[in-house]
Amino acid sequence: MPGALLSVSGLVTHLGSPVRPVKAVDGVDFEIHEGETFALLGESGCGKSITALSLMRLLPASGRIVSGSIRFDAQELLGLSEARMRAVRGGGMTMIFQEPMTSLNPVLSIGRQIAEALRAHQGETGAAASAHVQELLQAVRMPDPAKRAGEYPHQLSGGMKQRVMIAMALAGRPKLLIADEPTTALDVTVQSQVLDLIRQLQRQRGMAVLLITHDLGVVAEMADRLVVMYAGEIVECAGRKQFFRDPRHPYSRALLDSLPGLGNRKQPLRAIGGFVPSLQDEFIGCRFFPRCERALSVCERQAPVWFTEAGHRVLCHLYTDEAERPAAGTPGAATATPVESEAGTGPPLLEVRRLEVHFPIQAGLLKRTVGHVRAVDGVDLDIPAARTLALVGESGCGKTTVGKSILQLITPTEGSVRFDGVRLNTLPRSQLRRRRAELQIIFQDPYSSMNPRMLVGDIIAEGISALIPDETRQRRRQRIENLLNEVGLPADSAQRYPHEFSGGQRQRICIARALAVEPKLIICDEPTSALDVSVQAQILNLLQALQQQLSISYLFITHNMSVVSYLADDIAVMYLGRIVEQGPVNEVLLRPRHPYTEALLSAVPVLDGDAGREVIRLQGDAPSPSSPPPGCYFHPRCPRRFEACGERYPARTEIGDGHHVHCHLHADSTSACD
Amino acid sequence: MPVLFWTDALIFLLLALTIAFVFYARRYEHLRAPWRQVGRSGVAMGSMVVLGFFLSVTILDSLHFRPPLQSAGLDQTGRYSTEILSVFDWVVTPIRERDEKSYSAPFAAYLYAKETVELPNGRKDRRYPRLKYGAAHLADPERERSADIISTGVWGLLKGMVLCLAVYALIVFTVARRTRASVTVTFGRINTGDTVLRWRPMLLTLGVLVLLTTTAAELAVKYHILGTDKVGEDVFYQTLKSIRTGLMIGTLTTLVMLPLAIVLGIMAGYFRGWVDDVIQYLYTTLNSIPSVLLIAAAVLILQVYLDNHADEFSSVAERADLRLLFLCLILGLTSWTGLCRYLRGESLKLREIDFIQAANALGVRHLTIITRHILPNVLHIVLITVVLDFSGLVLAEAVLSYVQIGVDPTMNSWGNMINSARLEMAREPIVWWSLLAAFVLMFTLVLAANLFADAVRDAFDPRLRQQ
Repeated sequence: MPGALLSVSGLVTHLGSPVRPVKAVDGVDFEIHEGETFALLGESGCGKSITALSLMRLLPASGRIVSGSIRFDAQELLGLSEARMRAVRGGGMTMIFQEPMTSLNPVLSIGRQIAEALRAHQGETGAAASAHVQELLQAVRMPDPAKRAGEYPHQLSGGMKQRVMIAMALAGRPKLLIADEPTTALDVTVQSQVLDLIRQLQRQRGMAVLLITHDLGVVAEMADRLVVMYAGEIVECAGRKQFFRDPRHPYSRALLDSLPGLGNRKQPLRAIGGFVPSLQDEFIGCRFFPRCERALSVCERQAPVWFTEAGHRVLCHLYTDEAERPAAGTPGAATATPVESEAGTGPPLLEVRRLEVHFPIQAGLLKRTVGHVRAVDGVDLDIPAARTLALVGESGCGKTTVGKSILQLITPTEGSVRFDGVRLNTLPRSQLRRRRAELQIIFQDPYSSMNPRMLVGDIIAEGISALIPDETRQRRRQRIENLLNEVGLPADSAQRYPHEFSGGQRQRICIARALAVEPKLIICDEPTSALDVSVQAQILNLLQALQQQLSISYLFITHNMSVVSYLADDIAVMYLGRIVEQGPVNEVLLRPRHPYTEALLSAVPVLDGDAGREVIRLQGDAPSPSSPPPGCYFHPRCPRRFEACGERYPARTEIGDGHHVHCHLHADSTSACD
Repeated sequence: MPVLFWTDALIFLLLALTIAFVFYARRYEHLRAPWRQVGRSGVAMGSMVVLGFFLSVTILDSLHFRPPLQSAGLDQTGRYSTEILSVFDWVVTPIRERDEKSYSAPFAAYLYAKETVELPNGRKDRRYPRLKYGAAHLADPERERSADIISTGVWGLLKGMVLCLAVYALIVFTVARRTRASVTVTFGRINTGDTVLRWRPMLLTLGVLVLLTTTAAELAVKYHILGTDKVGEDVFYQTLKSIRTGLMIGTLTTLVMLPLAIVLGIMAGYFRGWVDDVIQYLYTTLNSIPSVLLIAAAVLILQVYLDNHADEFSSVAERADLRLLFLCLILGLTSWTGLCRYLRGESLKLREIDFIQAANALGVRHLTIITRHILPNVLHIVLITVVLDFSGLVLAEAVLSYVQIGVDPTMNSWGNMINSARLEMAREPIVWWSLLAAFVLMFTLVLAANLFADAVRDAFDPRLRQQ
């Protein structure tokens, strides 16, 4: 093919000691053409970031490129001197990273940081540079660029920082932009803004984009072509449409099948068993063989070779071995019927009324309170027994604070939390301690949620020994074994340390710790957002199975809509400390009433990318909860606002079926006057 | 008859605690792994041998007793001298008891200053008199001295080499037995550094130390190898005695400081609110008083007390010991704030971390959370601070003694040696050996401690470990 901007062949990158290196990238070939978006898809630890860093020759100190060739713009990069390479970086190709928070220098204004990039690559200084800075900020659609150029990174939100990073990347007029998980740290509405921006800039400037991500939705929205990486190798290479219509490699299929969603609601997800193999090992057969559901006998003995059909390449024995060639596109259909739990009847297990959590802002020498951060500002929630309520919202909307204040880990300022008819937030400490067993929590980060200095057995036993102290040693050990068994871990895990486990396994341990005290309600605070898709499926399956066996209720705090649609019975959508819409999951997802819910749902990238859906773009970022706007909190960003929105906060409007919304658009005459 | 001073008791307590900690640490992988890393660092192991040498001198010097009285004719059984000696004193008796009249240079045969001597024929003459002990075995020091020093030194070196070989063989055999490998294989492994501990630098340092010790021992019996001071006491003996003082200050102070820093620091960070306010005000206040003033005031008050109640102490050594203890106490009271602040910050961070929130949600009591979750996760900071502070405290002792608010003037310490050397520096010709001796030993101890501390910090600091 003509015009390959970047062609990588046989790239091998090793990390760590030369004696037993981690073969992070093990023979990777691909080409990127001018002006196209090329996605590198893979789960964590498959070597995709190391591939990108190898292209830039920015490997960590322990890494080295062992062999291969990287040709960029008719130039072999691996032979270049470091000085010439510096010109390529930023000038020819440039990179933006996942964490916009740490990629900017906090003590320099963003204008100066962009000007620095301009000076390095264009030799521009003075007035020309500052005019160019504004131009670039305009190009990345930064509101009020003249003012923003003088601001410092801490004054900007995450999305704006990522825009600044993109502006800096554009300063060198690159031909290739490498975006390493550019939106993973951002909220879904901001993510859609940033992706949109990248797409537009690419069209305007004819720049190629190498998009590195684990998010199939983002790939489906953005990519022209993509490769799938697994354990240091590329296993499939295809055009976007080809790939999503007919994923060939069993790994790619499994990835697509493990996505939760409304379609496979409440059915067990197809999780990929086992783990990614250690990249220190020597591989004889196919690397995916131990986890493959369709493995042939040859897979274990012999490494597969490439099979190409109409530009769709796959590294798998299934296709080269004619006899066993499968029919195209049979998705792993789960046969179990959806288990819909009954609509919430009976008294709610958890009843939260007018919950408020305000953190005082103290200033001055005498620490006088000058204002409040209204993290939670009047929240009502009901969770019946054995049901799942999803609390959805963007970061900073106060959803985690709601969870912690229900558990009384943060004392609510106002309002009541009743559990099983008992008001928790006025209970004395000793009585509260006794009731603690009934409510438990699972955290987002499986790495910080366990004491690294304790054995797993002791971690699980912690709650038992605190709340049921007079149990015998023997019975306790038996119980820990049962719990480990229940969450799908071997019994000898009890004698090991948390660091010996992977992220998904750690999350299982956390679930076991919560289950140990036999809770009735578990608050799941983004339990799968730090995990890979295939592992997420395992955890969701586990949570689902536990709910059916033990009749536990979940308060599922998340920003991931597909998880919500898969797992939840009811949804509450939160914006700036208040719930704007609440109702049964089908109602809210399919017939959203609040403009914010609509925008949130439309911003989620979907797999069948160009199905003609219209994305509602929200302007700007969420305001600070210390000074919410007057009237409806959402109205400054709302595409459908009118005069009344700025005047008073909308009252609750019942839609029916337990679906209610706070929005003037739907206010009927009776409730509007309160 | 054994005598137990306060500081002796405390140093043995500290030793017991350290040994207990070693046994505790061996059970936990997260504590064992960093120590293994320390064991693989050559510099750390070398400095550990040096520290071990200093420590063994200290321990020998902390076993005090009263020797039985021995005088001809009288039955003195059951009666003891009023003088209190340590095991170390007893070992180095030949050096300890050979006091000259005044200054003499290292390896000298004559005094440093001329004196008027009465000649056998009744006339008086000003000349350098012969020393009573130093080089006393030589008939004509002018001619024989150099040859004698060399031959004695070589003899000492030879003895040292034999001892080295014996120690080396012993270590190889022990390692071979513990790893169940043959002696030749173990020998090869030790030489290539392919062992859990880096033996080669340890053996090298040990070898140098043994050679130095045997040579010095051989020479010190015949000469004052570091000269004598104003009252004719052997400077070599003084510097060796000072080791105990320096080490005591460095270690006992931490014993005083640790409980304060740990308890208050963790409480402030964990409970926050008014507890935090009180503790913060306490250490900010304490920090804003110049610690030298506080120490000076405390030591002077104690001195007045000691002077007024002289009859309560059976010996001078006992008084000096009390003053040393008091100095450790007051140093400990002024130096806990730094560690306390670190621990407060770390606990503030830890209390918000998920596993502590989870423990709270599980209804675990505060005390359990502190001991089970917070303390083990801040231990590395405690360890790093203790080893880093040690050398600072040894130096602090020298400075305090120099301004005469340190240890008792009768107690041997590097600070006192430097203090008295101050006047001697002004003499013509200059008396340099007291200062140099104190400096070299203190330098060795502090350097070894710093190198060791560096390795410990590298091994325990999680941020460094990730790289």
